Amino acid sequence: MLSLGSGGAKSTKPSFVSYVTPEEIKSEKEPQKKERHPNLLPGEVVFCSTNPILKYTQDDISQRGIFGTLLCTNFRVSFISDETPQEEPTQHFKNKLYGENDIPLMCVDCLYGVYDEKKKLITGGMLKNKYPSKMIIHCKDLRVFQFCLTFTKEEEAKKIFQGIVHHCLEPKSLKCVFAFSYANTKGPEMQRTQRTLMFDSQEDWSQEMKRTKGNCRIVTENQNFELSERLPKYFIIPAAVSDDDLSKFPGKGLPIWCWSHHSGCALFKASSLPVTQEDGVAQAWMERMLHAVAQTHLYSVKIEDLLETLPNIQDIQQSYTKFKQFFLIDNSTDFWMSDVKWFSSLENTGWLDIIRQCLQKAVEVVECLEKENTNVLITEEEGSDLCCVISSLVQIMMDPHCRTLTGFQNLVQKEWVAGCHAFLDRCNHLHQKDKECQSPVFLLFLECVWQLVQQHSPAFQFSETYLTVLSDSIHVPAFGTFLFNSAFQRESCLKATLQHSQRGPLSWPAVWDWSMQFDCKAQELFINPLYAEKLKQEKVLRKVPRIKHQRQLSLPSSAFKTPPKKGFFKDEAESLKKMLRVKRFSRWMVPPDSPAVATRQFYEAWQQKPLDYHGLLLPCLDGPAMRLWMQRYLRWTPEAQILGGGSVAITSKLAELLGEVRALQRELAQKGWWDSMGEGHHRPQTMSLALVRTSLRLSSYFPFAASRNWSFKPVIPTGLLQSLMVTDKLASQEDETNEVISLV
Amino acid sequence: MIVCLINVHAAQPLCGCCVFSDKDLIYMCPFHGALKGKVFITNYRLYFRSTDMSTVTLDVPLGVIGRIEKMGGASSRGENSYGLDITCKDMRNLRFALKQEGHSRRDIFGELFKYAFPLSHGMPLFAFLSQEKFEENGWSVYNSIDEYRRQNLPSEQWRISFINESYELCDTYPVHLVVPYKATDEDLRRVATFRSRGRIPVLSWIHRENQAVITRCSQPLVGMSGKRNKDDERYLDIIREANGTPRLTIYDARPNVNAVANKATGGGYEGDDAYQNADLVFLDIHNIHVMRESLKKLKDIVYPNVEEAHWLSSLESTHWLEHIKLVLSGAIQIADKVSSGSSVVVHCSDGWDRTAQLTSLAMLMLDSYYRTLRGFQVLLEKEWIGFGHKFTSRIGHGDKNHADQDRSPIFLQFVDCVWQMTKQFPTAFEFNERCLVTILDHLYSCRFGTFLYNCESVRDSNKVRSKTVSLWSLINSDKAAYVNPFYTSDCSRVLYPVASMRHLELWVNYYIRWNPRIRHQQSPVEQRYKELLALRDQYLKKLEELQLSDSTPSSARLTNSSTPNAPLPNQHLTHLQTPF
Repeated sequence: MLSLGSGGAKSTKPSFVSYVTPEEIKSEKEPQKKERHPNLLPGEVVFCSTNPILKYTQDDISQRGIFGTLLCTNFRVSFISDETPQEEPTQHFKNKLYGENDIPLMCVDCLYGVYDEKKKLITGGMLKNKYPSKMIIHCKDLRVFQFCLTFTKEEEAKKIFQGIVHHCLEPKSLKCVFAFSYANTKGPEMQRTQRTLMFDSQEDWSQEMKRTKGNCRIVTENQNFELSERLPKYFIIPAAVSDDDLSKFPGKGLPIWCWSHHSGCALFKASSLPVTQEDGVAQAWMERMLHAVAQTHLYSVKIEDLLETLPNIQDIQQSYTKFKQFFLIDNSTDFWMSDVKWFSSLENTGWLDIIRQCLQKAVEVVECLEKENTNVLITEEEGSDLCCVISSLVQIMMDPHCRTLTGFQNLVQKEWVAGCHAFLDRCNHLHQKDKECQSPVFLLFLECVWQLVQQHSPAFQFSETYLTVLSDSIHVPAFGTFLFNSAFQRESCLKATLQHSQRGPLSWPAVWDWSMQFDCKAQELFINPLYAEKLKQEKVLRKVPRIKHQRQLSLPSSAFKTPPKKGFFKDEAESLKKMLRVKRFSRWMVPPDSPAVATRQFYEAWQQKPLDYHGLLLPCLDGPAMRLWMQRYLRWTPEAQILGGGSVAITSKLAELLGEVRALQRELAQKGWWDSMGEGHHRPQTMSLALVRTSLRLSSYFPFAASRNWSFKPVIPTGLLQSLMVTDKLASQEDETNEVISLV
Repeated sequence: MIVCLINVHAAQPLCGCCVFSDKDLIYMCPFHGALKGKVFITNYRLYFRSTDMSTVTLDVPLGVIGRIEKMGGASSRGENSYGLDITCKDMRNLRFALKQEGHSRRDIFGELFKYAFPLSHGMPLFAFLSQEKFEENGWSVYNSIDEYRRQNLPSEQWRISFINESYELCDTYPVHLVVPYKATDEDLRRVATFRSRGRIPVLSWIHRENQAVITRCSQPLVGMSGKRNKDDERYLDIIREANGTPRLTIYDARPNVNAVANKATGGGYEGDDAYQNADLVFLDIHNIHVMRESLKKLKDIVYPNVEEAHWLSSLESTHWLEHIKLVLSGAIQIADKVSSGSSVVVHCSDGWDRTAQLTSLAMLMLDSYYRTLRGFQVLLEKEWIGFGHKFTSRIGHGDKNHADQDRSPIFLQFVDCVWQMTKQFPTAFEFNERCLVTILDHLYSCRFGTFLYNCESVRDSNKVRSKTVSLWSLINSDKAAYVNPFYTSDCSRVLYPVASMRHLELWVNYYIRWNPRIRHQQSPVEQRYKELLALRDQYLKKLEELQLSDSTPSSARLTNSSTPNAPLPNQHLTHLQTPF
């Protein structure tokens, strides 16, 4: 079999794997008392189920809970309450695929067992025979579930525990992922999301190049992955790369076009050439590649090896592992304990700093493209991790189209999905024991985007909620979007299953088909009501002053032209990688400054101009500006909920007013006053009023946490003085130093 | 800025006389480097306009200045080493460099020193010289009797006592006190002997439904020997009985150890034995000295440059937000207790710093009236100004003694807590952030009489009300500027903020506002909301017009839409960023 890129996924065995062990089938057939089953999805199979299980209600300090059935299917771990569901306060933001008591198998992050009051991490394989009294499940979407097994018959408890451990922790083959059963059952042609470009066809790429007015060429030679399995079916390279050079090294080191600036310069990304190939051939080839990139515009190129300045994927993984612990809170005591050193704890994880570094790097690249009109080539070992982060961020900052919902989805498809980001390995969807490859790189990207969204909200058509939901969807195993390591892997899986299936070709639904998860009303929450859509007139106006880059042309063009041609790649003794490092053109315009200082100047210059939400967008990187994505990380924590408050209070006011304005418009239109003006703009632009109005009991984590247990009781912090040991004399000093209290 | 300049030149009433003008010097701007320019000094402000960079101006009320130092000597070497270093009370420092020849700074230093610290030079504060006129008279905002009446007081259980009419009972209390109906004036006098500075427990707020009250006072004078006072004990029990509360809760704002330590100086706390129907809770809030040092540390990390590399841990090490958390969670506990029907007594040592913070924050949570623009003014007048928060001592108005140990940012800390609440409940407060910043600016400026002096008795003897202008005159004459557009008046329930570090944040728009890298634009949400409001009103008007014209001949519609004074719809649309 062909290898699937960077290790990780074991090549799929051709044999059919049955999940259902005989004993499990038996248990399923046992006539349970009045066990309820969830509404199973097509293709969903129950492995095991047990009743009664006590689920602790998290938002309660006293260890109360509800009894119900716990079951494990090939899609999820699910808890169904024995209590007849009371009048649900119509939960609007309901996921159609899984409910609030369901955990998609891929979404399980860690399992803990409580044995004799001690909490132990459960790793697959061990501790299996002794089942814990309490099972704690930490989810990748930061939910925490606690199930008590002591009320359950020993046999049953053991079975469900082992079942869950097995299906959530043990390595499995790709074909066992639920998406495969789910996709099978759907008809051959899944309704393809209309507006999102998949970048699996030549047209999508040429359309994108046309949109950005790029002048590179589309490569069709990889249609059947003959060039490389780590490259998309179609991709774009500098026009000057010869056919000969294209196939010289199997996809490595090839500068892949990402985006073209309106000045003509472009952003490229490349994986590094294997270090072993230090021969002259490789160097000469690399030189030709650089020249080809440089020729795209002005004969200038800047190379940035991302791994030299940015943390690698292991660093990212480590940092995030520490970071997320602060949100997987088991109880109130833990919450207040961790509140004491909250800021330094956050800082020590380094997560926010990694976000800042990525944004900073993106700003540096933006500066080259925007200010210096230099082509930029970013490189990295695989060319599909940090390259994706940086190139996507650059595009979001520079290209307003990427800030629309469709544009953003196109971008993710282009850079990440078609761009062969190894989702399968990075997310460790298959629970591989070897966790070297695991790293939340895509989440890191979403975090960076969130920072931009919160700093410049009106520039984005999508909302924070959209990003949160997207980050959750990575771990919903119903979609094909974030399931594979590469386009090649995806296609080979498709072919492999085709042989077994009589029903024609498979197709996995794309995550972009949001109607699979949310109804229309809920989807409206993805739209940012503040988004300032561009007016047509403005577009015309803005086209006029385009002399800008011409002015810049005259600036340092001599500097661009001389160095690359001669002597640049002379030093043959050095490895190519090292040479690139040495010769990296660092800041020609302001040489002595550190990148941070230079970007700061760039930022300040940008900041002084009036803000155009449809123009260049830069993030503020100052300490106080880097914030925590509260909605994603704190949405399930009852202690952190502001009942009746939070920014949703404002959003609902805004939506209400928008509704009023709309109604007035309609009324005016009926009266004939409203002529042709404004027509076509009547799209449902904002969240539905009904949604916000009916949920009068809003909490700061709307729309996620259902605040059923609404009480006006405040959360009173505990353990307040633990850290505030002010030891100096001041503390004991009297308030009034100069006066002596008169003793009466 | 131009307006200010005109003020300076035209010597408007605000500025009294022009002391100094046209002094050329260099402003050592921490953000833009050395800038040449001109400085103007009046008896109210220091105004600087740069000739190098027209965008850079400084407009500093002299009251904001905390300290002026000479920098370098006549023989100092190095560029711009000779000049003045000015420390301000509002989180900034200003450095000016002058030419070394001819003692050029002598005059400017002298004048600045004199007018920045007028009280140290036997001169009146600027508020007494100001001739400003406003449409509204801010002094009419607060009248204690009216405020008590608003709370349905006096009632069957509570009476208004005039015992302090001439400040005999307690010179730091207001004249009108609400006390239990059952307590006689004689009782009050006896209780006063057992409470530090005679600050007896008096009613501050009463819950409309359950009649639970917030009372405030100073610490009991227990002392080392553990003295008891039957009158005080009985008095607290009368307070408890007033609404039939089984247990009275006494909130001592201090940390337990500090309360114990206070016994050494004659103070202390209510012991279990003596007050059998009361529960004592310590709220662990530190004293004025700790707060002062905390703010100093905060300034170090935000001015002139924001600590970058370890922002969060630096912020944590200042403990500023931790103190905010403690104050807020104390107030939450009080508000929770009261809304559950129990009466509370709140005190610290003297009952004018931490006590004022706690009671006023609890009232903001409990009573939506105080969340209105006017209600907030009433709250400040009542809990802070009326009950004798020592503004003069804490701020040091017009006083050159910058190292005075009595100075402390207690009021700033309170406003910060209020800001945290407005952040968490963005639609619940009628006043906006600008209002809070304006209040803080004039806390120091000495332009208004509102925050001058330590207590009502001193204010009376200095005739503040007749000789100065109230800050509320300024604010209430231009209400639109201080109103939160998102305010929803029907939110009358109790508001409990979340006093967790997860939600507390540094008030960047106040503490880091001098840094030009921090964008001080109007929030885009607010801007958009205002646009929409304008659009709605315009449509409403149009609709009204149309409805009127419907009754008139049908041709009117056509003419109507093309009337020159009614703007065309298309024009409006282009003003807005978003089409509909």
